[in-house]
Amino acid sequence: MKCKCFVTGLLLISFFSTQAQIDPALLKRIPKDSAGVTMNMDAIYSRPALQVAKLPVSVGGYVEANWQHLGTDGVSEGHQFQFRRLTLFVASAISKRIKFLSEIEFEPAEKEITVEFAAVDMEFNPLLNLRTGMIVNPIGAFNQNHDGPKWEFTDRPIASEQMLPATWSTAGFGLYGKYYKKNWMYGYEFYLTGGFDNSIIENSHNKTFLPAAKENPGRFEESASGEPLVTGKIAVKNLKLGEIGLSYMGGVYNKFKEDGLPLDKKRRVDIVAIDLNTTVAHTRTTVIAEWSKVFVDVPENYSQQFGNKQHGGFMDIIQPVLKRKVLAWENAVLNIACRLEYVDWNTGKFKETAGNIADELWSVMPAISFRPNSQTVLRLNYRYQQQKDLLGNPASKTAGFSFGLSSYF
Amino acid sequence: MKKAYLLTAGIIAGILMIQACTKTQPAIPADDELLDGPVDGLSYAANAQFLAGDKAFNADVFTRQTGLGSIFVATSCGSCHAGDGKGTPFTTLTRFGQTDSTGNQFLHLGGPQLQNRALPGYTAEEIPAGASFSKFTPPANTGLGYIELVSDATILSMADPNDANGDGVSGVPNWNFIPGYVHIPVNAVTQNGKYICRFGKKGSTFDLLQQTVNAYNQDIGITSSFNTKDVYSGSNIDPELSDLTIRNVVFYLQTLKAPVQRSQNDLDVSTGENLFSLINCSGCHRPQLVTGYSPVEALSNKTFFPYTDLLLHDLGSGLDDGYTEGSAETIEWRTPALWGLGLSPNSQGGQYFLMHDGRAGSIEEAIQLHGGEGMQSKNAFNALQENEKLQVIRFLKSL
Repeated sequence: MKCKCFVTGLLLISFFSTQAQIDPALLKRIPKDSAGVTMNMDAIYSRPALQVAKLPVSVGGYVEANWQHLGTDGVSEGHQFQFRRLTLFVASAISKRIKFLSEIEFEPAEKEITVEFAAVDMEFNPLLNLRTGMIVNPIGAFNQNHDGPKWEFTDRPIASEQMLPATWSTAGFGLYGKYYKKNWMYGYEFYLTGGFDNSIIENSHNKTFLPAAKENPGRFEESASGEPLVTGKIAVKNLKLGEIGLSYMGGVYNKFKEDGLPLDKKRRVDIVAIDLNTTVAHTRTTVIAEWSKVFVDVPENYSQQFGNKQHGGFMDIIQPVLKRKVLAWENAVLNIACRLEYVDWNTGKFKETAGNIADELWSVMPAISFRPNSQTVLRLNYRYQQQKDLLGNPASKTAGFSFGLSSYF
Repeated sequence: MKKAYLLTAGIIAGILMIQACTKTQPAIPADDELLDGPVDGLSYAANAQFLAGDKAFNADVFTRQTGLGSIFVATSCGSCHAGDGKGTPFTTLTRFGQTDSTGNQFLHLGGPQLQNRALPGYTAEEIPAGASFSKFTPPANTGLGYIELVSDATILSMADPNDANGDGVSGVPNWNFIPGYVHIPVNAVTQNGKYICRFGKKGSTFDLLQQTVNAYNQDIGITSSFNTKDVYSGSNIDPELSDLTIRNVVFYLQTLKAPVQRSQNDLDVSTGENLFSLINCSGCHRPQLVTGYSPVEALSNKTFFPYTDLLLHDLGSGLDDGYTEGSAETIEWRTPALWGLGLSPNSQGGQYFLMHDGRAGSIEEAIQLHGGEGMQSKNAFNALQENEKLQVIRFLKSL
């Protein structure tokens, strides 16, 4: 039923979009804030979406589809054709300096339609905005800036998706703002939201796994600990040098009492992250990097299978090699790129042997991407990855190609 | 024209990429470098059951919601047997409370096994005061189906309780009571209501069904229709695991292939093998056994090479932890199979953790820990030339 409604909605939107293409004069973009210049924190609104005539909303979205052929230690599942996701944005300018945006995602593999973001922003001043609703917590940069067409790779960064919870959203409210002078820009975000739950250390992934908390839809109504998750980020951007951000997210994650009765002591999860992106003016080489560290209070007599420290991140290097008219596309760009990734899900030593706990992965992913326009990307990736289990046994090796298309619409 | 070239080049590149897929992927490790994988010749249906058991064993992780604990040792079968190989001190389990064949005197205090981990909010067990205990490192799983099919008559034929042949080795089987749910083969030998058991460090477990049921219950805290006792409360509760899953895991264990020996044509290996027999290590670590009938053709009436006699032997006071199971004395241990020994580091984090509790960090050290009935062979090993010792070690690493 949900699917039918969703498909019907999409058809309607397509209809309006098609009409809109007849007369571009009827189209309007999502309203931006009055600061004008954008940072990573603006990614939520820095998306193409169109408003049709006098309709009170603008709509947009993106779609991702891939072919993949990977093998691990000589065993392959063969050719896999994947429809990863279809995401729909609906935005509305409620009145001057009050706006609403939602992001609705359909992931066939998960058999679900989820609302990832739905918040009202009220701008008092570029330095002081109030945001409330379902919020994407700004830990690192990828969480807020995760749209497929923005990236040269078919897969999301492993550290962002399997250590940090990519597209982690919670209910809450907070403040954000920006200030800029000449080439410099400063931004901050501060939110109080619902938090994680016991699933981050009690899950079928057999490791401390923050994304497990995403499987609890009840978090939008009831926070397991009853205490706020604090998320804060500060970022600095120089229009010539690039942007660097420092972020923190933390709070009590466990259900330590119920009906007033204590069940456990309060246990915290704390995450710190640093992100940067820059483009070398001379070569037009873009570097995007993010590194995070996770600290979890795991009970002393629970299994060390579930680590109390994790760290990991990625670095994307993107080099445009061709920018010209290709076929009918005026400003097509061909890039070569490479992503380097590392994740350690369990940093520490075994109590029994004092030996190193492994549970880690590294990956190198060279890529070629072709952008016929700024909103669409065709990408061909080759991944080579080694992953060690908890004990540090010989690594399993995974490699293979993936090819995909992602485009805003 | 230019567009046509571009299109053609794109199509050719795509075809080449698809063709190149498998060539750019990691090669499958050689069969003799892996412990996991099924025996040859399974039917399609048997392969499907093997895969179901493989998933339950290696991929299924238990949580509070699916019955874990509330006190436990590990969260999954695969946690203790990485790649179906031996475990490490991290997953070593502790048994306590039995000192002789009269049984475990600490069952009312959580015996026989210590659940040393607990879900958040719960308290893990501690060894009760006055209880002796022993630590058991998880064994490899490979080839267990072959061992299960060795007949009682074969085991008895290798026993020599009074050392009649005077070689200093006097193995005996572990006679133990068995649970009602196990299937007793028609040719099973019984003695005062007890049966010959063969699995476990003390050889006190009858078959792979009993081993599987016990492991789910005592290691993970999972009840089944075969054993409904909850390790935390001590009460009988609803089964947390289906009979089908248990059967699939048992089938998986039964049909895991036997380890394949490497470097058989190496002169040092073959010389080491001869020396191994010459110094009578093979008195307990019997190279060759034969299976009985099995409906699985690959296992039925087959000669295999586990290097064990499945009997209990006195290994000296140095290895006597004061704990036992079944009819074994505290000083006695069931001869462990040596097949797969050389691949142990692949599941033990690149190191060796040998002997029953992983106390030996190398094969040489393990040899030196042999006392009792193993003393003569140890002394004979120590009397070998250095290069001969290396040949024995080389042979053992080839297994």
